Amino acid sequence: MSAERPVRVLVAKVGLDGHDRGLRIVARILRDAGCEVIYAGLRQSTDTITATTIEEDVDIVGVSMHNGAHLTLAPAVVDSLRAAGLDTPVIVGGIVPPADIPILKAAGIAAVLGPGASNEEVVATVLAAAAPVARA
Amino acid sequence: MPWAAYGRKPATSEQALGFTLMLKYNQGMADRAAWQDSFDHSPTRPAQFETMSGVPVQPVYGPDGAELPGQFPYTRGPYASMYRSRLWTMRQFAGFGTAADTNGRFKELLRSGGDGLSTAFDMPTLLGRDSDDPLAKGEVGRAGVAVDTQDDMETLFSEIDLGAVSTSMTINSPAAVIMAMYVGVADATGVPRGALSGTIQNDILKEYQAQKEFVFPPRPSIRLVTDVMRFASAELPRWHPVSVSGYHIREAGSTAAQELAFTLANGFAYVEAALGAGMAIDEFAPRLSFFFNAHMDFFEEIAKYRAARRIWARWLRDRYGASDGRSLQLRFHTQTAGVSLTAQQPEVNLVRVAIEALAGVLGGTQSLHTDSFDEALALPTEHAVRLALRTQQVIAEETGVVHVADPLGGSWFVEELTDEMERQAEEIFAHIEAAGSGSMLEGAYACIEDGWFIAEIAEASYQFQSKLAKGDWIQVGVNGYVEGDDTAPATLSIDPAVETQQVASLDAVKRSRDDDAVRQALARLVTEAADPTVNLMPALIAASRARVTVGESMRALETVFGTWYERSVV
Repeated sequence: MSAERPVRVLVAKVGLDGHDRGLRIVARILRDAGCEVIYAGLRQSTDTITATTIEEDVDIVGVSMHNGAHLTLAPAVVDSLRAAGLDTPVIVGGIVPPADIPILKAAGIAAVLGPGASNEEVVATVLAAAAPVARA
Repeated sequence: MPWAAYGRKPATSEQALGFTLMLKYNQGMADRAAWQDSFDHSPTRPAQFETMSGVPVQPVYGPDGAELPGQFPYTRGPYASMYRSRLWTMRQFAGFGTAADTNGRFKELLRSGGDGLSTAFDMPTLLGRDSDDPLAKGEVGRAGVAVDTQDDMETLFSEIDLGAVSTSMTINSPAAVIMAMYVGVADATGVPRGALSGTIQNDILKEYQAQKEFVFPPRPSIRLVTDVMRFASAELPRWHPVSVSGYHIREAGSTAAQELAFTLANGFAYVEAALGAGMAIDEFAPRLSFFFNAHMDFFEEIAKYRAARRIWARWLRDRYGASDGRSLQLRFHTQTAGVSLTAQQPEVNLVRVAIEALAGVLGGTQSLHTDSFDEALALPTEHAVRLALRTQQVIAEETGVVHVADPLGGSWFVEELTDEMERQAEEIFAHIEAAGSGSMLEGAYACIEDGWFIAEIAEASYQFQSKLAKGDWIQVGVNGYVEGDDTAPATLSIDPAVETQQVASLDAVKRSRDDDAVRQALARLVTEAADPTVNLMPALIAASRARVTVGESMRALETVFGTWYERSVV
């Protein structure tokens, strides 16, 4: 992997939840910050996310969740990637109660971005999480 | 007398001249006598209509010749007496876990004096997926109640007289399937269909634009919408078969004017679809209702509601030829803006919700849901829901704003903003109409297919985010007055056992039902779906009775209708 290459970010909604406002804004913020954004959009499964991560040679995966299913779905995304032999970091964005953040981190989620995260925070969090992978 | 106060006055001879009044009403002229007559014939709540200090307050204010509430074009309200007759309905939306869990909450609500039920379904049900569908994993019973078969629907309304309550069901893609199940419960419990009262959201167009709970492509989906409308018109005279909703459009990031315009344009599209399905305008228009957002910009929101009533009245009368006054009166439900709530310093959300709710009331809403302060963190706790309801009660009981209809009417600023909202909406209507070569329905299809609505909403939401990023708009606790040590309140969690229980009960229904009857019901559904002249409601009711699941009915329809995929444009 070349150090010159921009960070490639896959952003997706997992499951049935249709709240895509945050995902669309994050996609634009990251694109404005020089990332290459692959917008998978709505109703992705763990399988489609893993397949796209491979096909698009993605450095980091961002999944958005607003319906209270994050404790089930986010670890499933991580497990699916790991089962395919990928160490791609996963960031969760959306409505996550503070008490659930340590649970998600223990399940292998690299970071959680909640409501009100600033543009700078979004970019910094994604680049920090992607950095170890990009160095590898 | 330039600024007259209109109250209870001696009747005039004009009151008796119904024909004259009707003529003036149709011409849209303000008519004091007609207003007085309507007001005198409206019930009055037992309340003191005076200020806290004892100053008597009239039901409406304005100069001679000014428009009055209850008169075309209804800018000032659909009714002459507004909240003097009846307060808005304080309708809090609820649903969680299994049908039995929600049934318990419903019965508690009815015991404590409520007369309206509002049902939130879980995501799998909203998308027409059964609880045992792989796509449902992790979402069963989470954000609402899970309904797979008529058995669940019977449990949901167990020991509740469907002929005596009003039920609101918030569901769209599978609306016809769920409506059939509700009718199935009425049939099974001996409640006459004609006694059923309530609302089903059944607003599919905004799903493609904003909420994204679509299944089939737009055209067959519109056929399902009009099937429900025709069925309701024939058999459910007290049912509201569509609630045209701007709420989700605004939550997805639109401006106030876009919310207004897209919603009313969708309303016009349903009108054209129903006319195309052979219904007469005054047969269905009185049963259409609306649902708007209440966001933070106080006066802009009030102007939006006033403009909505005026635009609807004008279009229904002038373009669609409605003559029944009820067809022209836009009535709406309001919910405060979920998206305005912050995870930072969440108690501050109580203040936001109060201001938003007040805008809804000053804008003349017919019913109101106030959000709970903890909703940027999780599903609301019972404590937070109670505070949200109390907020409405404070506005109703302590502020005095309910004494006067349209108290901001005549404010130069609010009148100007109302005109501006209408002007911007008309520009958007012109775009949609041109895209549909003169048809608002075809325009809706065209602008969905080319992604125009989504692009417009995404651009507006990005612009707002940029304002926040630059500090051009301050959100307290987010980009201003930041504390850094936001204490999190206790949040609600849903027991994961709900999913296991629901899957087990679905399995039990599947094992006990007559498989031949299920096959026949599904075969009939597929055959009738292929013929657009057939109303699918009878086949769906038969399928429900045979314990065909929501998912099975939806997949059967999908074989004929196809599946809609959103273009992934950012």
